[in-house]
Amino acid sequence: MSSMNSSTQNLTPEMFQPIERDTLAQEGVSSKKITFWGDVWRRFLKNKGALIGALLLLVIGILAIVGPEIHSYSYRSVNYDLINKEAFGDHWFGTDGAGRDVWTRTWYGAGISLLIAFLATAFDLFIGVPYGCISGYYGGKVDNWMQRIIEVLYGIPNLIVIILLLLWMKPGIIAIALALGITGWITMARVVRGQMLKLKSQEYVLAARTLGASTRRMLTKHMLPNVLGPVIITIMFSIPTAIFFEAFLAFIGLGIRPPEASLGVLINDGYKVLQLFPYQLFFPALVLSLIMFSFNLVGDGLRDALDPKLRQ
Amino acid sequence: MSAVEPKVEKILEVQQVKKHFNVGRGQVVQAVDNVSFDVYKGETLGLVGESGCGKSTIGRTIIRLYEATDGNINFKGKMTKDLKGKNLKQFNREMQMIFQDPYASLNPRMTVGDIIAEGLDIHELAKGKERRDKVVELLKTVGLNEEHADRFPHEFSGGQRQRIGIARALAVDPDFIIADEPISALDVSIQAQVVNLMKKLQREKGLTYLFIAHDLSMVKYISDRVGVMYLGNMVELADSQELYDNPLHPYTEALLSAVPIPDPETEKRKERIILKGDVPSPIDPPSGCRFRTRCPKAMGICAQEIPTWQEVRPLHWVSCHLYQEESLKKEEGVK
Amino acid sequence: MDRKNVLEVKDLHVSFHTYNGEVQAVRGVSFEVKNGETVAIVGESGCGKSVTSQSIMRLIPQPPGVIKHGEILFEGNDLTKLPEKKMEEMRGKEIAMIFQDPMTSLNPTMTVGKQIMEGLIKHQKLGKAEARQKALEMLRLVGIPSPDSRINQYPHQFSGGMRQRAMIAIALSCAPKLLIADEPTTALDVTIQAQILHLMNDLKEKMDTSIILITHDLGVVAETADRVVVMYAGKVVETGTVEEIFYKPRHPYTWGLMGSMPRLNLSRDTELSPILGTPPNLLTPPKGCPFASRCEHAMQVCKEHMPETTNSSDSHQVACWLEHPMAKPVDIPHDVVGGVSK
Repeated sequence: MSSMNSSTQNLTPEMFQPIERDTLAQEGVSSKKITFWGDVWRRFLKNKGALIGALLLLVIGILAIVGPEIHSYSYRSVNYDLINKEAFGDHWFGTDGAGRDVWTRTWYGAGISLLIAFLATAFDLFIGVPYGCISGYYGGKVDNWMQRIIEVLYGIPNLIVIILLLLWMKPGIIAIALALGITGWITMARVVRGQMLKLKSQEYVLAARTLGASTRRMLTKHMLPNVLGPVIITIMFSIPTAIFFEAFLAFIGLGIRPPEASLGVLINDGYKVLQLFPYQLFFPALVLSLIMFSFNLVGDGLRDALDPKLRQ
Repeated sequence: MSAVEPKVEKILEVQQVKKHFNVGRGQVVQAVDNVSFDVYKGETLGLVGESGCGKSTIGRTIIRLYEATDGNINFKGKMTKDLKGKNLKQFNREMQMIFQDPYASLNPRMTVGDIIAEGLDIHELAKGKERRDKVVELLKTVGLNEEHADRFPHEFSGGQRQRIGIARALAVDPDFIIADEPISALDVSIQAQVVNLMKKLQREKGLTYLFIAHDLSMVKYISDRVGVMYLGNMVELADSQELYDNPLHPYTEALLSAVPIPDPETEKRKERIILKGDVPSPIDPPSGCRFRTRCPKAMGICAQEIPTWQEVRPLHWVSCHLYQEESLKKEEGVK
Repeated sequence: MDRKNVLEVKDLHVSFHTYNGEVQAVRGVSFEVKNGETVAIVGESGCGKSVTSQSIMRLIPQPPGVIKHGEILFEGNDLTKLPEKKMEEMRGKEIAMIFQDPMTSLNPTMTVGKQIMEGLIKHQKLGKAEARQKALEMLRLVGIPSPDSRINQYPHQFSGGMRQRAMIAIALSCAPKLLIADEPTTALDVTIQAQILHLMNDLKEKMDTSIILITHDLGVVAETADRVVVMYAGKVVETGTVEEIFYKPRHPYTWGLMGSMPRLNLSRDTELSPILGTPPNLLTPPKGCPFASRCEHAMQVCKEHMPETTNSSDSHQVACWLEHPMAKPVDIPHDVVGGVSK
C-alpha cells in the first residue's frame, strides 16, 4: 500500500548516521520544579468560581475591618433624631429603630460573626484534629473507646448542649464560640481519623516504620502533612456552618445581646420591622448570604485543587 | 541428612511461623500457617504464589511490620521478636524493604532527597553536606542524578519512583532486602530496568534478597532458590532450575504450566494443566492438605492428614503425600 | 485469508484536554480486524491502547476527551458519526467489551442473572422466561458451576475469576460480532488467567466472534492472538501475524519488548536487555519517531521525521527508518530471536 516517500522530505545519507543516545534526556523530568502546594495553587487559580469566592471573602473581610470606621457613627450609640432613616442617603444602609447606622452595624456584626466562626473552628482544630489523630494512629482498643465516646456525644442534640451552656455562661463571643466548638469538633475528628486509618496502611508509612522512625516523626513528617488537605476542606465548610448557626442562635434569642451586633442579631432585629423597613433586614441578610456563598465556592475549589484523583 | 550441605551461613531462619488475623465476629484468617525456610547469605530466595497465599504477609512478618502469631524468626542468630532499643535500631538498618506500588510508597509531601535521606536522619548517620553527598551518591547508584533530589515524587515515572524506593532502602546500608512485588506494577520494559539494577546491587554490595512476586518467569530469572506458597503454606522449595525442571508438587506443576510463554509455537504445542475452581477462603481452609480441593492427583489421605514438610531430594523440599512413603502405604491400606 | 473486515480503524486521533494542556493520547492509529480473528494490541501503559478501544465503543468521556480525526468503520458504518441512540444499540448487541476489573464493571446491586438478562431483553427482545433460560445457558457455557443457584447471586458473592466469567457471559449473551477485551486477565492469578484464556479461545471458535485483545503481556498474546498490533506513544509501530511479530520482529521497540521479558529457559547469568529511559510525554510529543530517544539504532532522521509505514510482507507493516534503503541494515538482536524461538 504505502511506500517510503522520500521525495517530499529531503533525506540525505548523513541523516541515516547512527547517533549517540542522550542518557540524561532519558531520565528527563519536567524542567519546571512543581511543589505540591504550588500545584494546588495553580489549579485553584484556574477555578473561576473559587477565585470569585476568594475575592468576595477578601472584600468582605476588609470591609468588616474598615467598614465600621468609614463613617464617624458608632455601632452602639443611640440617636433618637435619626430613627429608621431610608437607605442610600447620608446613611448608606439607613438607620435602625434606635437611630444606629446600619452600614456600620452590618460590618461590625459581620466581623463579630466571622470572629465567632474562626474561634469555633479553632476548637475543631485543637480538639478534633488531635482526637482523630490519636484515635486513628493507635487504632485497636484506644480507637474503639474513643469512637464510642464520640458516638455518645453525637447522640446528644447539640441545641440542648448549647442552650445549657449559654444558660450557665453569659452569652458573649467566647461563650457562643465555645458552644459551637464543643459540638462541632466531632466532624473534624471523624475526618482526621478516617484519613489516619487510610494513611497508616500506605506503603510510604510502612517504609518509614521499617526504617525505625519514631512516633513523633511518623506523625509530623508522614501523617499530618498528608491530612492537611482534608482538614482545610473541612474547615472551609465548617466556618459557614458556624456563622449560620450563630445567626440561628441569635434568631431564637440565644445570641449576643444588643447593643453588641452580629449578623444574626441584625437579621433578628430587621425581621421584626420587615414590613416597614425591609432594608434593615436586607443588608445584613445579603452579607450573610455572600459569606456563606463565597466560603462554599472556595471550599469546593480547594477540594478540587487538593483532590489527587483529579490530578493529571 | 543430605549430602550437599551448603557451606554458606544462614542469615535468616524462619521456623514454624504462623500469622493469623482476627477479622471480627470470631473469624480468623490464617494468612500464614506453619511456614519454615532459611535464607543463606548472599542469595536470592524467591517466593511465589497467587494472591492471598500469604507471601506478602510472611515478608511483612519477617521485617516486623506484623507480629507473628506463633513461631520464631532468627535474623543473624537473634530472635527478632525480642529485639529492643539499640538492637532494634540495628535491625532496622540491617533489614530493609522495597514496596510494590511506586505511587503509594513515596510520601507526596517530601522531596526525593528527603525521602532517600530518611534513614540517614532517623539513625543520625549524616548531616549537612555529608548528607547531601550521600543522597547524590545514592541517586547515582540507582541511575538518577543530583538535580532530582529537590523534586517531588509526582514528577517521576513509575520506574523512576521504584528506583527512588530502592535508594531509600540502600541509604542505611542493609544486608538483607525484602522486595515485596517490586516490579508487579511496572511496565515490561521498565521491569527489566529494575531487575537489572537489583542484580547489579547484589553483585556490588553482597546483598541478600527475599524476592516476593507472582510472576514466575521473573522469579525464576532472579532467584537462586524458589519457594512456592499456597493458601498460607509453603508447598515446595528448591533450587530455581531444579524447581522448574522437576516440579514435584501438583500445584507447582499447574502453576508452571499456566504461565503463558511468549512463543506462539511452544504455546500451540503446550499441554496445559487447567486447575478447577478457585482458591478456598483462608478463613476456613480445607482439612488436611490445603490444595486437595483443586488437586488433580488428590487421594483419600489428603483430606485427613496434613502432609509433612520433607526434603525428598537433596535440597528439594516438598509438602505432599505423593512423596511420602508412609502416606502412600496408608493409602494402599485404605483401598 | 479472504475474510471480511469487521472493523477498520483509519487514522484515529484522540486527545484529552487536561489542566496542563492537550494530551495527544492516540495519534493516527490504523488497523483492521477480520471476521473471526483475534487481534492483540500490545504496548505499555499510556501508549494509547485502551483509549483506542474505548474510542471504538465511544466510551471516551467527552469532555475532556475528543476524537479529533479519523474513522472507525464497523461493517462499513462510521461509528464516530453515529448518533448516540444508534450507538447504544450497537453496544452489547454488535460490539461488547470486557474490562480489567470485573468488580467495577458489574452492578453490585443487581443479581448476575438479571445483568445477563438485561441485554437479552433489550437487544434480542426476549421474554423474561426465555431470557432466563438463555442466561442459564450462558453461565453454563462460561463454566460457572451450579448456574441454577448462581444466577440469583450478587457479584460480591462471586470470586475474581468467576466475576470475569460472568462478565464474559454478559458480553457474549447477544452473540456480538466483535468483543473488545481490555486487559481481561491482568487482575487475575495465573491459574485463573489460564482458565479464562482457555475459555475465550474456546468461545471464539464456537461463536465465531472477532476479538480485540488489549494486553501488555506478550505471553498472553502468544497464546491467543492471530495478529498483533504494537503501539508506542499513541502510534502503531508494527503490525503483523503473531509469528511475524515473535519470530521476525522488525521494529527496535518490539525487540526491546521481547528482550525485556525473562523466559523460563533464560539462565540467571544472562542480563535482561531493558529499554532504557521512559516513554515521551504526550503533552509535547516529539516531532520525529517517538521511540528515537530510547532507541539503540536511532539516527539523525529519526529525531526529525516520523517514519512512514512500510510493508515487509502482505500482513507485516513497520514504521521505522531502518526500513529505508539509505539506512544501514541492522541485525535483529540475537537475544530477542534466540530467546523466543528456543
